[in-house]
Amino acid sequence: MDEFYAFFGGAFMLRAALAGAAAAALAGPLGCFALWRRMAYLGDATAHAALLGVALGLIFSLPIWIGAFFVAFAVATGAGLLAISGRLAPDAALGALSHAALAIALVAVSLAGFGAPDLEAYLFTGDPLAASPSEIGAYAAAAFVGLTLIVWFWRRLLNSTLSPELAAAEGDRPRLAQIALMIALAIYVALAMRLVGLLLATALLILPAAAARPLSSRPEMMAAIASMLGVAGTALGLAASAHFDTPTGPSMVTALFVFFALIVGLDALRRRL
Amino acid sequence: MALSLATASAAPDLAASAPLIVAHNVSAKGDHGETILRGVNLTIARGEIVTIVGPNGGGKTTLTRCLIGARPISAGRVERAHGLRVGYAPQKLAVDRVMPLDVDGFLALGARSTRRQREQALDRVGALRLARRQLADLSGGETQRALLARALLRAPNLLALDEPTRGLDQQGVAEFYRMLAEIRSAEAELSVLLVSHDLTVVMAASDRVLCVNGHICCAGAPEDVETHPEYRKLIGAEDADALAVYQHHHDHTHQAVGRR
Repeated sequence: MDEFYAFFGGAFMLRAALAGAAAAALAGPLGCFALWRRMAYLGDATAHAALLGVALGLIFSLPIWIGAFFVAFAVATGAGLLAISGRLAPDAALGALSHAALAIALVAVSLAGFGAPDLEAYLFTGDPLAASPSEIGAYAAAAFVGLTLIVWFWRRLLNSTLSPELAAAEGDRPRLAQIALMIALAIYVALAMRLVGLLLATALLILPAAAARPLSSRPEMMAAIASMLGVAGTALGLAASAHFDTPTGPSMVTALFVFFALIVGLDALRRRL
Repeated sequence: MALSLATASAAPDLAASAPLIVAHNVSAKGDHGETILRGVNLTIARGEIVTIVGPNGGGKTTLTRCLIGARPISAGRVERAHGLRVGYAPQKLAVDRVMPLDVDGFLALGARSTRRQREQALDRVGALRLARRQLADLSGGETQRALLARALLRAPNLLALDEPTRGLDQQGVAEFYRMLAEIRSAEAELSVLLVSHDLTVVMAASDRVLCVNGHICCAGAPEDVETHPEYRKLIGAEDADALAVYQHHHDHTHQAVGRR
C-alpha cells in the first residue's frame, strides 16, 4: 500500500485519481451520446454556463457543486425548450442562454466584491488535489447516480437517438429519457468543474468517446471502452502532472488527447493499408 | 415458428370482428400551427391492406403516424383496438457512422428477443446475411429490409410502412412487394398500412386505397379509386418526382437501374 501511495505521491494524489476515475467513468457513456446526438456544443455551453452556479455559490455561501449542477441542468433543458418552441435554432438558443449566464456570473461576482481569481480555478484548471475524503465519497456517489440514469434509460436513449419517429411509434416516451440525460450531463459538469475546470469539461467528455469509436462495433462496447480510456487517461495525466509539475486538469486532458491521436491515427493508417 | 406464435398469442385480445383502428374526424397541425390534416375518418379492419397515396406534403406520413399513435392529433379521436401491436418502418433512417451498431443490435433495440428470433425476422425479409453488417454501411434497400425485419420482430398485427420502396430500382420494388405478399400469406390476420408512390403496383396489391391531400380526397377499392375524378385530378398534379418514377417504369423495362 505504501508503494501504491508513493507512486501517486501521497493520499491526496490517490484521492485525485479516484475523482478522475469517477468523472471519467461517467464521461464514457455520456460522451458517446454527446457524439451520437451531436451535442458536443451542448456540453460545452452548459459547462460554461455553470460558472453562474459557481458565482451564486460564492455569493450565497452555498456548496459550489449545487450551484453548478442546477445552473447546468437549467441551461441544458431551457435551451432544449427554447429550441422546441421553434423561436431559435438549437445552437443559437444554447449560445444565447449559456453565454449570458457566463457574463452574468462575471458581473455578479464583481458586484459582490469577489475578484476574478476566485473563479479562475473553476473555469480553467480545476483543483482535484484539494479534494477531501468526504468530497471523494460525494464524487463517487454522484458519478454512480449519473451512470445509473444512463444505464436505466439506455435503450430508450439509443432508440430516440437513432430515430425519434420510430421510437415514438414503438411506444417510447422519449421526454423522460431526455431529462435523465440532461441530469447526467449536469452531474458530469459539476464533477468535471472540480477535476479539469469548466473550460476543459467537454474535452474530457468527447476525447475518450471519440478514441473508443474505431475500437467498437456496438454502442455498449464504445461506452465501456470510452470509460476505460478515460480512467486510464486521467490517471496517466495525474502521474505526469506530479512528475513534470504541471497543472493537473490540463495534464489529464493532454493525456487523453494523446490516446485519441494515437488510436485515431493508427486507425486511419490501418484503413490506408 | 416463434414469430407467428407470438402473433397468435396477441390475437385473442382483439374481438374477432372489431377493427384495429378507427379514426373519427382527425385533424393534425404542424410545428408552426399550420393545418396538415383535417376531418379524416377511416377504419382499418383486421387483415386488410390499406394504401395511402397522394402528393408530397399532402399529409400521408402525418396520417400514418397519427393513426398508430406516434404523433399527437389536434382534434378528433383515434380508437385503437386493445392488444394492437404496431410494427412501423419509417421512410428513412439516417445512421451516423459515429454510432457503431450492427443490424442485429438494431433489431435487439426494437423488441426484447433472442438471437434466434432476430435471425428468423431477418430471414423472412431475405436479409440474414446482413446481421453483422454495420447499419451505417447499408444501402437504401438493405436499410429498408432491416427496418422491416425490426417491425416484424415486434410480432405486429398491424404493419405500417412509410414509402418502403423509396429509392429502390424497379427490380427492388418488385422484389419488395413479392416479399410483402409472402409475409402476408404466412399471416392472413396481419393488417398492412402502406404509404406509397408506386401507384400502379400498389393499386394491384391493396384491398383499399386512400387518396390523401390534406384530407381524404377519395377512398375505395383500387379499381374504383383509379377512375375517381378526384384521384385523376391529383395524379395530374402529382409532383415531378413521382411522375419520373412512373415514366421510368415504361422507359427502362429491360435495363438494370442504379440505386438513387
